[in-house]
Amino acid sequence: MEPIKTITSRAISLPMDDIDTDQIIPARFLKVTDKAGLAANLFSDWRYNADGSPKPEFLLNQSAAQGAHILFTGNNFGCGSSREHAPWALTGFGFNAVVALSFGDIFRNNSLKNGLLPIQVDAATHQRLKDLLDEVPRSEWNIDLEAQTLNTPDGESVHFEIDAFSKTCLVQGSDELGYLISFADQVKEYEVSHHKGVTT
Amino acid sequence: MGSPLTLFQKVWNEHLVTQQPDAPGILFIDLHLVHEVTSPQAFTSLRARGLVVRRPDRTIATVDHGVPTLPSKDGTVEGRLAWADELCRKQIAQLEENAKTFGIRAYGPSSTNNGIVHVIAPEMGLTQPGMTIVCGDSHTSTHGAFGALAFGIGTSEVEHVLATQCLLQHQPKTMEVRIEGKLAKGVTAKDIILALIAKIGVSGGIGYVLEYCGSAIRALSMEERMTICNMSIEAGARAGMIAPDEVTYDYIKGREYAPKGAEWDKALAYWKTLPTDDGAAYDHSVTLDASSLEPMITFGTNPGMGIPVSGKIPTAAAFTDESQKAGLEKSLAYMGLDAGSSLLGHPINVVFIGSCTNGRLSDLQEAASIMRGRKVADGVRALVVPGSQQVKRQAEAEGLDIIFKNAGAEWREAGCSMCIAMNGDQIAPGEYAVSTSNRNFEGRQGKGGRTLLASPLTAAAAAVTGCVTDVRTMLES
Ligand code: SF4
Repeated sequence: MEPIKTITSRAISLPMDDIDTDQIIPARFLKVTDKAGLAANLFSDWRYNADGSPKPEFLLNQSAAQGAHILFTGNNFGCGSSREHAPWALTGFGFNAVVALSFGDIFRNNSLKNGLLPIQVDAATHQRLKDLLDEVPRSEWNIDLEAQTLNTPDGESVHFEIDAFSKTCLVQGSDELGYLISFADQVKEYEVSHHKGVTT
Repeated sequence: MGSPLTLFQKVWNEHLVTQQPDAPGILFIDLHLVHEVTSPQAFTSLRARGLVVRRPDRTIATVDHGVPTLPSKDGTVEGRLAWADELCRKQIAQLEENAKTFGIRAYGPSSTNNGIVHVIAPEMGLTQPGMTIVCGDSHTSTHGAFGALAFGIGTSEVEHVLATQCLLQHQPKTMEVRIEGKLAKGVTAKDIILALIAKIGVSGGIGYVLEYCGSAIRALSMEERMTICNMSIEAGARAGMIAPDEVTYDYIKGREYAPKGAEWDKALAYWKTLPTDDGAAYDHSVTLDASSLEPMITFGTNPGMGIPVSGKIPTAAAFTDESQKAGLEKSLAYMGLDAGSSLLGHPINVVFIGSCTNGRLSDLQEAASIMRGRKVADGVRALVVPGSQQVKRQAEAEGLDIIFKNAGAEWREAGCSMCIAMNGDQIAPGEYAVSTSNRNFEGRQGKGGRTLLASPLTAAAAAVTGCVTDVRTMLES
């Protein structure tokens, strides 16, 4: 995973609530056995007509989306299925951060493991950011992960929360499995001494 | 005596290997369930790192999402794969190969015990109280019905568990969901959970583990409890749990992987310590009156958009929030339905009875009770898909298959089928399906398809009338 310290990019807005992972990447594209190529089908059913041609009115088909790394959206983004194909498709398209009112729990976990920063903001901030994007659709934002701030061109600097462990992993580009493996001895000890009998 | 603890806290504490400062806890996982769709990349990565599966004895694989449910052409169990598309076949073959390489027990396409992962683990007695259970599948919450802490994980986490049998987890908050009262005739566990999600919303449970309690929950069978816990994720919750009791122990006893003899006594003594202590505190509480519920049905494109079957679709005036108004409008446009109208009598094209929510024997019995001696309405396609091979055999032993076939419904092999529409079972664009599954998201059951979620009773009633129906009008008094 590439380390992330700052992200500077125009933000693009898909401000609906409850965008589920079935919309982000429909199930028929989950028949793959690797992670590549999913970006082509990101938001497939909103993005393409039945004949496969792009719908010009859909955000991702507009020039603003090309090269954008920040997606702004509504409440409960990534609810539904546990498919990690959702962050794979989003990062494959080029996104490194999603700004939302809240996230589906599993989606948030999956994102953090794939260099996709989920930034949760409160309702008042969300509304201000939404208004800003309505006024200046290609507004360029800066995200400083080490400082935990989201900075907009009108001088607003929004603090966001991220747990210390995930932040370190993202900033260093390290993955969590190495950390887990380093506790192998404790796990062995736990298996021997603590665990109640379970038959499988 | 320490301070009183909730069921969740007891299971969490028991499985916490270590909790380092400024880091998530390391949670030991008792049972890891694996299926073909969310595991291939995890195994590939294990291979690339030269790692092995730490506890193959605690890892169980099955095939469900992409498996065809049409009967085998040549009578063999493997023969079903003849119907699968190339990509599904490849995924299934890869699961079998991975299971073989890493020494994992797999209920592959030729097993007579395969089925939907959340149906087979409980029916084989693998799911037990007090366990931690994970799977690369959000409906792992189903297993919480036994008093296990069970939740869905992503593919990276599948790899973590394969390699270390542990998972990094921040401790979630707890929510008490107290449901009291007696259900009226024709109202089922599915209606309880749809009503709850309509009440707290699809994001109401984010960050929480729900614990369902109260007289209405205690009165439910294990299969009904599984229906409730299954859809906890639809409220955004991390997991749902129900304290084990005699109903739980009776269900588990004698199943293939249930503890036996002295082991049983030991396990039972432990399980009895699990229920939430008197006076234990939850972070949040909600209540629901079961006696006031009606059969529920959804009208929109998320599971929180549900109404009593005799009710009306809300209008924008019911919401103060602009984005909720916009959400309603967008949903109704997709669904081709009008705000303020009733769904009763709305014509439907397809009925799907199955899935990990409602694909168990009692669900099929309920559907059959409505279809017995009746016919599926002209122009309606009804699909009945058992949740597992075992459910299929049980249903056939009772003659339920004959009831469905006589009614003109399709009796299929086990699998996820039209719940996720990956295996070719799908609805056509614009069609309406009354479905016993768990998600009515846009396109979930086929691109452009429109899903109305309901109970097996309500779905069966729609199948025979050809429209949305209040099943209570069809029940013998
Ligand atoms: S039946 Fe549906 S919800 Fe359940 S595991 Fe299969 S696809 Fe997922």
